[in-house]
Amino acid sequence: MVDTKVVLNNIVLDNPIIPASGTFGYGAEFTELYDLNILGSISFKGTTLNERFGNKTPRIAECESGMLNSVGLQNPGLKAVCEHELPNLAQIYKKPVIANISGFSLEEYVECARAMDKKENVGIIEVNVSCPNIHGGGMSFGVLPEAAAEVTKAVKAVTTKPVYIKLSPNVKDIAAIASACEEAGADGLSLINTILAMRIDLKTRKPILANKMGGMSGAAIFPIALRMVYQVYESVKIPIIGMGGISSAEDVVEMMLAGATAVQVGAANLKNPFACKEIIEDLPRVMEKYKISSLCDIIGGAH
Amino acid sequence: MKKSIFTIENNERLTNDVYRIMLSGDTSAISAAGQFVNIELDGLYLRRPISVCDLEGTMLTLIYKVVGRGTEKMSLLTKGKKLDLLTGLGNGYDTSKSGDNPVIIGGGVGVPPLYMLAKKLISAGKKPKAILGFNTKSEIFLEDEFSALGIDVYVASADGSYGIKGYVTDALRECGAYDYTFSCGPEPMLKAVYNAAETDGQYSFEERMGCGFGACMGCTCETKYGFKRICKDGPVLERGEIIW
Ligand SMILES: Cc1cc2nc3c(=O)[nH]c(=O)nc-3n(C[C@H](O)[C@H](O)[C@H](O)COP(=O)(O)OP(=O)(O)OC[C@H]3O[C@@H](n4cnc5c(N)ncnc54)[C@H](O)[C@@H]3O)c2cc1C
Ligand SMILES: Cc1cc2nc3c(=O)[nH]c(=O)nc-3n(C[C@H](O)[C@H](O)[C@H](O)COP(=O)(O)O)c2cc1C
Ligand code: FES
Repeated sequence: MVDTKVVLNNIVLDNPIIPASGTFGYGAEFTELYDLNILGSISFKGTTLNERFGNKTPRIAECESGMLNSVGLQNPGLKAVCEHELPNLAQIYKKPVIANISGFSLEEYVECARAMDKKENVGIIEVNVSCPNIHGGGMSFGVLPEAAAEVTKAVKAVTTKPVYIKLSPNVKDIAAIASACEEAGADGLSLINTILAMRIDLKTRKPILANKMGGMSGAAIFPIALRMVYQVYESVKIPIIGMGGISSAEDVVEMMLAGATAVQVGAANLKNPFACKEIIEDLPRVMEKYKISSLCDIIGGAH
Repeated sequence: MKKSIFTIENNERLTNDVYRIMLSGDTSAISAAGQFVNIELDGLYLRRPISVCDLEGTMLTLIYKVVGRGTEKMSLLTKGKKLDLLTGLGNGYDTSKSGDNPVIIGGGVGVPPLYMLAKKLISAGKKPKAILGFNTKSEIFLEDEFSALGIDVYVASADGSYGIKGYVTDALRECGAYDYTFSCGPEPMLKAVYNAAETDGQYSFEERMGCGFGACMGCTCETKYGFKRICKDGPVLERGEIIW
């Protein structure tokens, strides 16, 4: 028997597989297919203070081995998430979940974090710093180490739950931003968010996405994500949740060797709604094949 | 929703670029006309959504037009090949809201789902009539199948090479009284039908999809009753909620 348990701060996960924010809704669509309680945890759709429609459609495009999205954080807003979505999720999933929050100002992050702190079934608060800061000339909070640190500190001040900063790959030096978050008190890091990308329709000669640009995800970005996790692992001591293109149990092992303690699976769920289940079921076979008795032993093993 | 493997029983060309594919498999998740399936194709990351055209037991019929890489790949598939489908997606048309004499209006590859709808309406005791719009005579398909249902069928061609010259809305003026409208087709056509129709009705929309089952928020539109995912809360919207 192999041991698939991993530990994020004090939270023991049965396995490291977590559906990524924005690709799993609040679980409802998947619960008619399989029992979600096999999952290590669930990171639910990014929550903002107010309800958001997001960007205009089309907001999905395809690319070789991947996809682009410009959904733009559509969500029902903090109040509806806390009053409806989280209780519903607690009905179908009994373990602690990861609350992914977003904001366009420091105050918005703080308010979301404060509300999530009170929610019993929230185990970790995952702070998406990829959004543009409306007070900072529209530059994303995740681009400058100082801004990322500022968000980290502000959120940490209002919660006792572990705070994970979800890093954007669209930056010059992701390791520097990771270190700044660690110094500011982050309990862990999630990476990577989607990579800024674009497609043009040859028939109309115009961008496919109404927003022109969008975030790329899926199998195609795996080597980039892996490289970034590897680099960040070298510069911080806090745990990393690795993600970006993970589609198989082999990818999970590879991401953990690069330095991830747990992983998130995103776009793969959209292509195959059973992706997380199949990865979890295949994990013991892959562990045996590569002579891994406990997943905890391989974290950062490639360094 | 179900995910299951279907076997291709037949894949034939109907017009220059429109094909009919027949697949056998577990169709138990499909409950209404206007629902769609999402098809995985080798070498493509996203699935391709195609409406259910007909359902007989375990035999599923789809009609699709070749417009890009995915539909071109589909057109090359042969009998015996297996396909991975998500089935039972979307809300579909609610026939219980229809009056006794509905008109069903389709344009181009918006026509296929209306075939199953016509059958459902007939078995519910209603007397539908169909208006099918195409650009030109050579692009017409499914006319005989609709006629074989024993209903009145009006075909409009934009260039006048067959049937009524003009658009489906021109045919709508000629087809006599109706008390409910069902429609599927390109958005400009839907809007024209919406403006011309004198009754309540249901309209089926398209949007680019990430998942097709409600998880990614890729396909959302604004309606008078709030945000709706075309793949899950649609693709069929009621006249009263549509915002153009
Ligand atoms: C609910 C629904 C039902 C549909 N039913 C039918 C049908 O019965 N028959 C039929 O011929 N077509 C139907 N379509 C349109 C069909 O999905 C597209 O023509 C098809 O996805 C094009 O794929 P492609 O790879 O050939 O084109 P490409 O342009 O190469 O596709 C690139 C990407 O854009 C998406 N895309 C392109 N055009 C459309 C479109 N019009 N709608 C949604 N996504 C699109 C593709 O799915 C793919 O992700 C339906 C669409 C929806 C949303
Ligand atoms: C449709 C879609 C919506 C997403 N929404 C969010 C979100 O709300 N918050 C967030 O932090 N990340 C969001 N992401 C990013 C994913 O959580 C993940 O970081 C990224 O897609 C890389 O993983 P993948 O390649 O496995 O998809 C979204 C991704 C997709 C594809
Ligand atoms: S396509 Fe994913 S929610 Fe509609």
